[in-house]
Amino acid sequence: MMRRDASLIATWLERAQRYRYSLWTLVAPPSIWAAHFLFCYVFAAIHCAKAGRLAGLAAIGVEIGLATVTALGLVGICAFVAWAQSRVEGDPPPHHESTDEDRVRFLGVAGLLLAGLSAVAIVFTALPAALIGDCR
Amino acid sequence: MSPDPEAAVTNPGAPDQDDPAVRRAQEARLRAVWAPPKGVFLRWTDTNNDAIGKWYTLAAVAMMLFAGTLALVMRAQLAIPDNDLVSASTYNQLFTLHGSTMMFLFAVPIFEAVSILILPALLGARDLPFPRLSAFGFWSFAIGGMFVAGSIFFDAAPDGGWFMYPPLATEPSQSGIGADIWMLGLSFVDVSSIAAAVELIVGVLKCRPPGMRLNLMPLYAWYVLVVAVMILFAFPPLIAGDILFELERIADWPFFDAARGGDSLLWQHLFWIFGHPEVYIIFLPSIAIFAMVVPTFSRRHLLGYPWVVLAAIGTGFLSFGLWVHHMFATGMPALSQGFFSAASEAVAIPTAVQIFTLIATVWAGELVRSTPMLFGAGALAIFVIGGLTGVMVAVAPFDWQAHDTYFIVAHLHYVLVGGAVMPLFGGLYYYWPLVTGKKLSDRLGRIAFWLMFVGFNVGFFPMHVSGLMGMPRRVYTYPAGLGIDALNLASTAGAFLFAAGVAVIVIDLCLSPRRPHSPRNPWSAGTLEWLAHPKSQEDWGVRSVPLIESRYPIWDQPAFVRNVDEGRYFLADAEEGKRELVITSVLDAKPLHVHRVATPSVKPMLAAATLGGVFIATTYHGYLIASTLAIAAFVTIVWWLWTGTSVIPEKPAKHAGLGLVLPLHATGPASSGWWAMFITMVADTVAFASLVFGYFYYWTIHAQFPPAAMPGIAGPGWRWPAVACALVGAGWLATLAARQANGRGFRAGACGALALAALATAAGGVAGLAGPWHAGLEPQAHVYAAIVWVLASWVAAHAALGTVMQIYALARGIARHTTGEHDGDLRNVTLYAHFLALQALVAFAVTGVFPALA
Repeated sequence: MMRRDASLIATWLERAQRYRYSLWTLVAPPSIWAAHFLFCYVFAAIHCAKAGRLAGLAAIGVEIGLATVTALGLVGICAFVAWAQSRVEGDPPPHHESTDEDRVRFLGVAGLLLAGLSAVAIVFTALPAALIGDCR
Repeated sequence: MSPDPEAAVTNPGAPDQDDPAVRRAQEARLRAVWAPPKGVFLRWTDTNNDAIGKWYTLAAVAMMLFAGTLALVMRAQLAIPDNDLVSASTYNQLFTLHGSTMMFLFAVPIFEAVSILILPALLGARDLPFPRLSAFGFWSFAIGGMFVAGSIFFDAAPDGGWFMYPPLATEPSQSGIGADIWMLGLSFVDVSSIAAAVELIVGVLKCRPPGMRLNLMPLYAWYVLVVAVMILFAFPPLIAGDILFELERIADWPFFDAARGGDSLLWQHLFWIFGHPEVYIIFLPSIAIFAMVVPTFSRRHLLGYPWVVLAAIGTGFLSFGLWVHHMFATGMPALSQGFFSAASEAVAIPTAVQIFTLIATVWAGELVRSTPMLFGAGALAIFVIGGLTGVMVAVAPFDWQAHDTYFIVAHLHYVLVGGAVMPLFGGLYYYWPLVTGKKLSDRLGRIAFWLMFVGFNVGFFPMHVSGLMGMPRRVYTYPAGLGIDALNLASTAGAFLFAAGVAVIVIDLCLSPRRPHSPRNPWSAGTLEWLAHPKSQEDWGVRSVPLIESRYPIWDQPAFVRNVDEGRYFLADAEEGKRELVITSVLDAKPLHVHRVATPSVKPMLAAATLGGVFIATTYHGYLIASTLAIAAFVTIVWWLWTGTSVIPEKPAKHAGLGLVLPLHATGPASSGWWAMFITMVADTVAFASLVFGYFYYWTIHAQFPPAAMPGIAGPGWRWPAVACALVGAGWLATLAARQANGRGFRAGACGALALAALATAAGGVAGLAGPWHAGLEPQAHVYAAIVWVLASWVAAHAALGTVMQIYALARGIARHTTGEHDGDLRNVTLYAHFLALQALVAFAVTGVFPALA
């Protein structure tokens, strides 16, 4: 069982490493943050505009929670792919040569860092929804 | 892979770079090709990035000195209580023009100017991909800038504050002609910003030297890329806002008038969606200068290269989630404020990452003391204080106390002077030898720095206190005895001390022509721009386009400078008498083709002058002159395009050096022109999306939107919008068919399809206007009618432009400038048609379908 799990991870790792990483995928995690941020803001603003100043926020908590979990999950996938790319083998350290491997590794490291920042920012965005009780 | 001395053996036709006579002949040809135009007038038609960059930078610095002088007048007025140096009305003009000039005419243009000046050198390129576009941007800036800044000498300057809030600024009787000058003049300057953004993005992505993969790009180029993309998303909402604002002022369409369904807060949203990213658009390029300066004076590679890239991209994104923190005092729900407060705190993370990587690099290297580093250290100290007060005002309850007080004035000046002005002066001392071949005086530089550093803190730190004591910003005077007299006197003294520092720098610059040349690469830096020769300022840029294997090639690649100088890399010659660049792939900088750039021409200047005239004439309601000039601008631009773009080369490919044979032509996504069209249309679509945002904003604030049908405000129904959408869609399909037919060599079919496409697109635009026309929508009656008219007119104007493009492509085909293989024009028109079809579809969904559902 343990070995099957290990080989499964190796398979996924290999798949993620074969993926063609580009500038578009590099900006995927912050784009997910942006989508989550806009969704939360617009959804809450429309709710409060239509339901009135004294309306509670329980009605939208579920949607914002689901959006947050989805966004974090997607960022997690991006982070896994980026992490896998940052481990592509072939060149000696310090990995800043003009080679295919080093370019792939660089985009992987930068993508992983961006995924981390985006995850923190998504949690930051969700916090007000968890802490504030009504539309005032 | 280094230049192979045996290459000549494998490529028998290659010139012998070991022969000095061969090299001299190549240099003579390059010099002739890149020679600037001469003559009293013609020299101003230059388009080379060296010339445009210098003029642009000088003009932006002149704007800074002008706006700084306005600030000194304000500080003189506020030195003592109950002062009467200037009137309240003049004071309003002073602070409005000070803010507007600093933000729109100095801070953003200086980024574009410096980038146009040094980016090609950083990338080992001879020029940027669209030199005439740079020239057009510069002349637009010069004309628009002088128009706005000069207004104060006619007592006609804008006076509503640099963010021009309605209803004060939309009411002509309250705000006079100044608000129109602001709106139209600065909109015109914004157009030049977007032009520069297009130029710089394509420059960074496609004009890097072979081998300079993304992981080897100088960090300045990363920042340019991020900032230019930010401009694409930040400026269009402001342009959309400007359109609504001017329509309210000129035609009384009530977008911001609450009595007729409008809302002044919409302007605040549109303004700050631009206005907050703007702060980072100003700040990031200055950090970028430091990312070049710090490794040089630390004598080592910058630490944490991917971390800096993370920080640049992360800041770029997060900065778009901060705009509402300028609107905390407007009474929006606490939850909305919470979201923006959270993002405002989160952006501190990538900002701090950048500062820590710089400090770590200094720490890990061997510091060489120098004037640029002195400015860097001072800037960091000032910026960090501004950042800390920023974290304070990002907390909504604190902001309610500090809002519109001098605390905010102190905060924003600490951020902008620490984050932009001081780094730029550091960059001036660093890059002056690159541009002029002469160093500035270290002694005067140090004196200037200390005057500025002390003056700034003496001037602005007390404002924190006077703000917390309740002194509001933008008041022209204050009574004695409030406990703020001494604080204000200190602020005034500090401001003049700071100005004395700036004056010392100006003196230093004026002394520069009398000084001897500095040695080549005076700072012993490792990046490509220092290949420049101090004495022979050649307009060709680099002698040969190098092959890059390191982030700091001058330090790391053996015999690098000699190989470049002896023309042992790419494009060492100009055999065909053309100005040439190497275009490389986005990720890995693999050489793709040779791009021939345009030569000096008067057309960009003419286009800017006529287009600027349209904006200026509209300001004074001279619509006849405006329409005449619009036709002149149109003719000039078509003339420019017809004679200068998509030129079919005389042969398919050429030897580019090192045995490499590159095509002389590319089309579609491989070409730089396609990318320019794509980037422009992204910006255009963001502006359209901002108008759609306006529609839905009105929907959220009204209980019923669209309002109950009454004469004058009954919607256009779904039929006309559907017809418009279908016709534009048909035009889109016909354009696609034309591209296919042309690709298969079926010329007649392509021409026929383009003619059909032009007809359908034009009819689609008219049908879009027919909807609100037949419904009798009166745009002055209610905001619903006005916003529907705006959306329909937007699509109609774009359909008209699309029709022109389709006719242009048809004419190019008939004149045989477009062939089956050389179809760049047709592909770019097709790309435009994609975006037009998308906008027509959205307009149909919003104006035709949504009212039926709402």
